[in-house]
Amino acid sequence: MIGILDLDMGNLRSLSKAVYSFGYDFVMVRSAKDLDDATHLMVPGVGAYRTAVSHVDGQGLRAGIRAFAASGRPIAGICLGMQILSATGEEGGESEGLGLVPGRVVRMTPEGGLHLPHVGWNTTRFKRKDHPVFHKVKDGRDFYYVHSYHLRCDNPDDVLAETDYGANVAAIVGHGNVIGFQFHPEKSQANGLRLIENFCGWNGQC
Amino acid sequence: MLKKRIIPIQLLLDTRLVKTVTFGSYRDVGDPVQSSKVYNAQDADELVFLNINRGDRTLAPLVTLLEKVSEVCFMPLSMGGGVRSLADAELLIKHGADKVVVNSACYRDDRLVTQIADKFGSQAVIVSIDARGTADGGWQLFSDCGRQPETRSLEEHLRAVVQRGAGEIFINSIDRDGTMSGYDIPLIQETMRHAGIPVIACGGAGDYTHMKDAFLTTGVSALACGSLFNFGDNQPIRAKAFLSNYDIPFKVI
Repeated sequence: MIGILDLDMGNLRSLSKAVYSFGYDFVMVRSAKDLDDATHLMVPGVGAYRTAVSHVDGQGLRAGIRAFAASGRPIAGICLGMQILSATGEEGGESEGLGLVPGRVVRMTPEGGLHLPHVGWNTTRFKRKDHPVFHKVKDGRDFYYVHSYHLRCDNPDDVLAETDYGANVAAIVGHGNVIGFQFHPEKSQANGLRLIENFCGWNGQC
Repeated sequence: MLKKRIIPIQLLLDTRLVKTVTFGSYRDVGDPVQSSKVYNAQDADELVFLNINRGDRTLAPLVTLLEKVSEVCFMPLSMGGGVRSLADAELLIKHGADKVVVNSACYRDDRLVTQIADKFGSQAVIVSIDARGTADGGWQLFSDCGRQPETRSLEEHLRAVVQRGAGEIFINSIDRDGTMSGYDIPLIQETMRHAGIPVIACGGAGDYTHMKDAFLTTGVSALACGSLFNFGDNQPIRAKAFLSNYDIPFKVI
């Protein structure tokens, strides 16, 4: 059973439809007890960092998600959901994230007069190619991004893939059984769907 | 490198897709769910749906459609036509929209764009602007599906909505709509000069050379096409194959 965190922000329909289409059942996670049935947890999200983490705390989920991660079960963050896996963020006011991927989320400062948000399809280069979640996804493909903030990892090895938008941007981050996508795999057609399918079948080892 | 986008635009009248010419003369062009499936298979970059029914400005037709389209399309979906409040935007996003398109409400309610951006992020708000050329070479803005002239200039309006938190601008030429005579390049240039955020241009695509001219002359982020893909044997894959000859970058999948 794939848990999908519902922070009452944004569109969860595409992700749940994708998970279901691969033959997995899903449960919408709205409280800590919903995590009991989940083998995997997906953390989607749009909006602001501070709002998202305050929803996590408001729903009493912080300790539950951290315990879920400590149990070795796989967790995937998507877009803002990936960002709140970090230690801290500045969007909407300084706030503490879930602390599963060491690093800080800051506003992007692209060079060359590029606009924010960074929106559209961008080339994504793997720094680490053998991760089980990347199975059958080729290097250098385009994925769909929409964001103005990005995660700066403390540990360079946690950056599994990068994209370029007036600077290097962490596209996929990973730390043990935790993985995070800055782009939207559920909006990135065939290659994005493959990442979701691979995640649903991942045992958390890498 | 960030890629250029090609966005089929689908206009809804009740449960059917239609195509207009200069915002009038509706022609039925099919079923929206079927056509979205086809665009998904043709690797379109995003889809935009606009409810243009002047009689029914409720969101019910968009919600019904979203539920079906989000099962068959795994790409960004934008919805608009009748969005007047934060609650309207929430309804569409909850049912599967990634971005909402707001137009007329931006002239009446100064807070709406900010409210949506605060809750869902700027990237979730596309401000759509309908413009018609004037005799002196400027532009007149219209709301209410092209019926209501507005007093604000293009520059003033752009400045206002960007400052309030719009994530993208969708600029639509009423004069060129459905004419298949080419994009209004000066309008796109004027919009980009004042926007400072990604611009999607719409209105006038009749063949792939029109797209080439618009991309190469203006550097616009995305082009929307209605008639071009509705009529004849044109589609996003072929458009990209043609445009790639001019070093215009598109996604690799």
